[in-house]
Parts: sequence; C-alpha cells; structure tokens
Amino acid sequence: MSLVEVQRLRVELAGSGVDIVDEVSFTIDAGEVLGLVGESGSGKTTVGLTLLGDARRGARIAAGKVLIDGEDVLALADEDLRSLRGNAVAYIPQDPSAALNPALSIGRQIEELFEFHRPLASAAEIGARIRETLEEVHLPTEPAFLRRYPHQLSGGQQQRIVIAMAFVLRPQVIVLDEPTTGLDVTTQAQVLRTVRDLCAIHRVAALYVTHDLAVVGNLTHRIAVMYAGRLVEVGTTEQLFREPTHPYTRRLIAAVPLVSECRELVAIPGQAPAPGARPEGCSFHPRCEDALPECERTVPESVSLGPDHEVRCLRASGRRLGVVAGGALVDRLPRDDGAPPLLRVTQVDAFHGKRQILYGVDLELHPRECLAVVGESGSGKTTLARCLVGLHPPRRGVVEFKGAPLSTKARARSAEERRTMQYIFQSPYTSLNPRRSVGAILRFPLDLFFSLSRAETETRVAEVLERVTLSPRTALQYPEQLSGGERQRVAIARALVCRPEVLICDEITSALDVSVQASIVRLLRGLQDDEGLALLFVTHNLALVRTVADRVLTLSQGRIVEVGRVADVLDHPQDPYTQGLIADTPTLAIG
Amino acid sequence: MSRMDTMMTSSAPASERVPASSRGPGLLRRSLGQSRMRIGLVLSAFIVLVAVLGPLLAPHGAGELVGAPYQAPSRGLPLGTDYLGEDVFSRVLLGGWTVLWMSLAATVLGVGAGTVVGLLAGYSRSALDDVLMRIMDVFLSFPVMVLVLLFISMIGSKGWVIVIVVGLAWMPQVARVVRGATVEVVSREYVQSAEALGAPRRQILAREVLPNIATPLMVEFGLRLTWSIGLIAAISFLGQGLQPPAADWGLMIKQNRQGLTLQPWGVVVPVLLIALFTVGTNLMTEGISRTVARVTPPEGTA
Repeated sequence: MSLVEVQRLRVELAGSGVDIVDEVSFTIDAGEVLGLVGESGSGKTTVGLTLLGDARRGARIAAGKVLIDGEDVLALADEDLRSLRGNAVAYIPQDPSAALNPALSIGRQIEELFEFHRPLASAAEIGARIRETLEEVHLPTEPAFLRRYPHQLSGGQQQRIVIAMAFVLRPQVIVLDEPTTGLDVTTQAQVLRTVRDLCAIHRVAALYVTHDLAVVGNLTHRIAVMYAGRLVEVGTTEQLFREPTHPYTRRLIAAVPLVSECRELVAIPGQAPAPGARPEGCSFHPRCEDALPECERTVPESVSLGPDHEVRCLRASGRRLGVVAGGALVDRLPRDDGAPPLLRVTQVDAFHGKRQILYGVDLELHPRECLAVVGESGSGKTTLARCLVGLHPPRRGVVEFKGAPLSTKARARSAEERRTMQYIFQSPYTSLNPRRSVGAILRFPLDLFFSLSRAETETRVAEVLERVTLSPRTALQYPEQLSGGERQRVAIARALVCRPEVLICDEITSALDVSVQASIVRLLRGLQDDEGLALLFVTHNLALVRTVADRVLTLSQGRIVEVGRVADVLDHPQDPYTQGLIADTPTLAIG
Repeated sequence: MSRMDTMMTSSAPASERVPASSRGPGLLRRSLGQSRMRIGLVLSAFIVLVAVLGPLLAPHGAGELVGAPYQAPSRGLPLGTDYLGEDVFSRVLLGGWTVLWMSLAATVLGVGAGTVVGLLAGYSRSALDDVLMRIMDVFLSFPVMVLVLLFISMIGSKGWVIVIVVGLAWMPQVARVVRGATVEVVSREYVQSAEALGAPRRQILAREVLPNIATPLMVEFGLRLTWSIGLIAAISFLGQGLQPPAADWGLMIKQNRQGLTLQPWGVVVPVLLIALFTVGTNLMTEGISRTVARVTPPEGTA
C-alpha cells in the first residue's frame, strides 16, 4: 500500500456546492516525489492542502478520502489534525518571507516545533537534530546563525530554513507549493537538489505543486497534470516528457522555453475556467485544437495507456491523437545593420545607500534589437534597468539616447525623452493602480504626452488594447478583475500607448504561468517585428533569452562578465558564471 | 471540527476574483451586512434628524422662560424646565445642531489638513518628511484638551474658533496615520510607473496614492468624528463653548447638573443623545474597518 492515497477527492465552494476539485485520485509511495502541475486556478494548491486535512477559507472538502499511512486525515478530530500537521505531514509554502515570523529568531522558530510536537525531547537531542537538518539543507550550523532574524537572510536562505523546518521533525509526507517561484535559477537549482536529496534520504513521500513542467523534470518520479479541478494525465516523468498524450500536457510542454534551442513558444489560447464556469463535457475542449464534436458533451473517463500512465481524453482511447506540435524552430537573424546605437550606457556606477550595486557598466542597444540582461538576484540587473529610465539615478556614468546624454532623474528629463523609453515592471499585481480602471490607466500617459481630443484618446486606448489582444471592453474593468496575464498585457499597453522606441522589460514574465509567459513573449516578438521597437529584456531565465533576444549580456555582482550574440553565448559560454547559469536552467530533459 | 465550521461561514473563497470589493461605495454596501453597521447607522441617522429637524419643530425659543426653574415634566412641557425655567424639550431640539456641525466641520478640517501633511511627508523621502513629522510630534506631546482650551481662552469662544482648534488638534494624529499608509503605497510599482512617466507630484498624490489610502482614511474619519463630538461637548460643558442663552447639549449638562436630583431630564437627555451619537459613529467606523479587513484581496495568489 502506498504511503499517501487520495481517493476521489472533491472540494467545493462552501454554500454554492460548485466544485473546485473533483474526482482526484492519486498515490505517492515513500521516497517518491509526485509533481502536480497546472495553471493558476486549476485547483492544484487546494489538492495539496487536503493532504494536511485543510481547506482554504470558503472551501469545503465534500467527498473522498485522504489516507496517510492508512489513516484518513479528513476524519481526524482537531486535536489529531494538529499533531498530524508539521509532524507527519509538513508544508512548504511559496513565499518563505511570509511563512516565517519576522519577530522571532530562526533558531527560536525551529525550537517551537519541538515544543509543540516533541515536548519530551531533551535540549541536547533538539540541538543535535537542528544541526543535522541545517547541514542537510546546506546552511551554517553555528549558534550565531540561528540567532538571526528572517529579514537578515537572503530569499534562498529563507526558503532553506522553511525546508529545514519541514524536515526537522522527520515527517512522512511533505507538500511543496511552488517553493522556488520567487528564486533565481541558481538558487532554484540548489533548492531543488536539496529537496530531492532530503526526500531520498528520509524516504519521504513528496507532492510538488507547480505550474512549470521544466522545474520538476529533474526532481519528480511521476507527474500528475491538473486542469480545471481534474487530473487529466498521470504518468512517470519519463512517459510524460517522451509521449505526452493529453492535448493540454502537450501544450504545457510546448510552452516551456528551452535553453538549448530557439523554438517558437506555443501559448495556450484562452484561460483556465474558474470554478462554476467550467464547460460541459471535457473542460479543456474550448481551448483544444484537437477537440472532437463529442468532447463538448462527454466527460472523458480515465484511460490507461500502460503501467502508471493514465489520461482523460476521448482521443486517447482509440489513440486518435491530434497534432499539437511543439513550436517550430526559428533562426533569429542578427539585426545588426550598422545603425548607430539608440541607447548607449558608459561606465555606470550605481549605489544603494553606501553599497555599490553596479561597477562600470557599459552597454549599447541598437534599433530593432532585443538585448537580454541576465544574472541572478542581487546581480544588479534591475538596478541597471531602473538607471536607464531614471528611477534609480546612478552616481557616475552617462546614459545617452541617440547620442544626447539623458538626465539621471526621470523628472528632470524632457517629456519626449520620457515618452520614447518605457519601462514595464516585474509584477502586474503591483504595477497597476487597483483603484483605476484599465481605461483610466491607459489614458494617463496619453494625457501627459499628447494633447488629444476626448475621442482621439478613446480611439488610441481601443487601438492599444487590440494590439495586446485584449477586448475593448477591458477598458471598463479594474485590474483585480483580470488574470495575471491580462494584467501584464495592460501594463504592456500602458507602455505602448506612449509610442516608445525602447521598451525596458524587467522580468515581466516571472510572476506568470509558463503558458501565459509564452503568449506574452510572442506579443513582444510581434511588437519588435512590426513596430521596430528596441527591447532591453531583463531576466534570470536563460531559456527565455534563447527565444526572445538577439544579444545577451551577463551581469554578476554588478559587473558585466560576458556580452555577445545569443547563439554564441548560450552555445559556447566563455565565462564560468554564464556556464553555471546555463547548467542551472531547468530543461525538459530527464535527469 | 470547529475550525472548519468557522471557515465555512465565510462566503467567498480567497481564490475567486473579488469584483470591485474594496472600492468605496461597494465597501459601504458590504459593511451594511454587519448588524453593528446597521445599528450605528440608525443611531447616527436619528441624532442627525434630531439636530437638523429639531430647530424647525421646537415649540419654544432657546431663551424663552416658560415656567419656574426645575419644573417636572407636564402637559406641554414633556421634559420639564431647566435651571432658569426654559423648556428642556425645545432646548434639546435646538441644541443638537451646534454639536453636529461643529464636530463634522472640525473633523473634515482635521482629517483634510492631516491628510495633506501626511501625504507630503510620506511621499517626499527627504528632509521635508522629518521636518513635518517632528512638528506634528511637538503638537502630539500636548494633551489635546489643554491645547484646545489654551487657544480658545486666547482667541475667544466663537464657533469657528472651536472648529479650527479642534480640527488642528486632530491634524498630527491623522498625519501620522496617513504618512504611514502613504509610505507603503509609494513603494508600489504603479507609483514608480507614474514617476517614470514624469507625472507631476500633485497628480501622483491625487491619482495614484490618495485612492489607495482611502480605506484607512475612512476609518480615521469615523474615529476622529467620534472624538470631535465628545471634545466639543466637553468644551461646552466647561463653559468655553457657546454662551447662554444659546442652546447646546454640552452646555445644558453644565447648566442643569446642580438640579440633577430635582429634575434629571435637563441632564439625562443631552447626555443620552451625545452618547448615542458617539456610539453610533463608533459602530459605523468599526463596521467599515472590519469590512476592510475582510475584503482585502490577497495579491497574486493562485
């Protein structure tokens, strides 16, 4: 018998009885890692929480069983649930900074776990176990480190502490909810290695919840793909990567950028339906290119394709598979036509207070070119981007636009200078004013830079919404009524409405699902081709660089370590730092 | 599983998109779902009606002597007479208006001035922040009552003086709250985006910052209103407010308290009305702030 057995789980919205999750069954053996993959709103986190016997506010576990070591956690009393959580089943959340108490030292927070769950343990035992666990997650073990507070640690260290807290009581089951989303590739790779090793050493059954198939490839033994509250395909990692069968799985795979080859990213049109708005029949059929007429009526049953490989698709039963291909390989032609650079940065030094962030950075951006700036967090790439638009005045150095030096502060630049260079922020959840309608957000720059009549303004707003493939009705909506991808399109529209020549994109896809990322990347590429925009694309994801950029610049600790054509740098990296970044970038290869 | 039960009582799941929930009018409508909000609204509305319509309905004038002092209630004099022999019922109906307008005006003034100072300080990120806030701290270090009485005794006890002095007394406290909220909002990327576009400061403060601190401001307004009512009634009670023969609830308490055992209505009714008003505004404030806490949507969750 498996250590974890979830049987026909159904979670509903309390009151309305609308299903968030239905008919979900899977098992996890001791020492096995199961990846649970799906887009935002697919119900994957909801499933993860039921392993702890929990449902989020407003949700209710309506039916099914969650057996852990033979015991149904859904039938446990409060008291028993408390001793289950953290003890037998541990949870590692997405955002470590929100999971740690900022007012307690990390040592104290780990000790608390023992007070709750191991009241009889001696101080010596506790100390030894904590040291052992800290070693396992590759953190310092000296007492001085344990006396630190969460804010004194880096994001990667915070996540390691949370992992240590999950493993310190030696649980049987661990639920990981996108624990590497906020981390850069290098830290992500290290954290993933740590998790894999710990699960293997301690024979833990782990459920790894994520939206990014590439992240889990090296970690999981099996993968369950979730769509609209149901599992659509379950199989071993190898089966899923070699012969993905459900159209949704295949599209998810096609949306993942690869560092090794420049492929057209294939976005999934539309978005995952919200609970209550799920279509009849197979809930994927409106977005499925291979949909048959009966898909609209029949809810597909699970079909077994072999040992451990099950899929819910009508086509799968007769193996009448459609033809969702991966994106075509594309050759990015060099666009260096000898034109003078649009933007030239010379010897820029920037500081945060007394700390120097950038050391003598030089770069050139040519018209119609996309230059990627890569580096791990703390490398100064965002600071560099902010220097260009005047949000972070550098202390020394010159930023020139078309040969004319720009003032270091945005406010001191002319309206024309501000208009031609637009900045798009990382998170569309914080870059749009929640109290303003999309229309008002887009009219704001128009009113600043152009003197247009009311009608002309409305026309421009409608045009730009169409350009980013949003319906004109969006203008009446507020940001909180939009999905992450739609919000980021609005943010892009706010930049485009200024008719800029240079777009500076700061990690603009890192807060989005992989499938949404693909559509945003296609949009940017289209803008570059059609409107001749020059792009400065800041990212930590080298795989994205391959598809997006013409040239790439690697920053490490505020210094440029490598610049060159994308193909040259990614295929033959010269600098050890770039080599490391490439090695850490997740791929769909099976390791 | 009591924890599950309490979770089931809340209707909307955090994962659903919350449509237009935390915007102004929607917020008020949602807060009406709470009984404390409804009770507060009814109480406040009752007092406002008494204060506004009262002067039209009062059978006697403010200084009109209608009988012997401290007469018990009788036909035609439903609440009896006060220490001079004036009609208590008429004076109750006439005396609410000053409390109402003065406390509202003082609150608007105090919250308005405090908001301007707080926005400027919170947005400036320069020495201006320190200068403004230290000045506010100096004001804060005096007890409000002492400050208010000092200014009134210096300038005189006219209505507008009281309004300005009470308003300014709240300014430092409002400024602190607003500054705190502003500092948090200013760090958000939509404000930086407006800065990168080069929008004028005034527009950034009015369009990007102010709407996003509206909820703490609303709570602050309710709180200050409650305090203003109490403070203005107290000023009248101490004899520093309106002067007789004008009718005012605070003043009535002072005038009639010696005869409390003889004829309690001249004290009890104004006390009760002031109490109901403060309780009413306080309940509404509480209702709004609880609704805010409940509807604030989590950002960027799956």
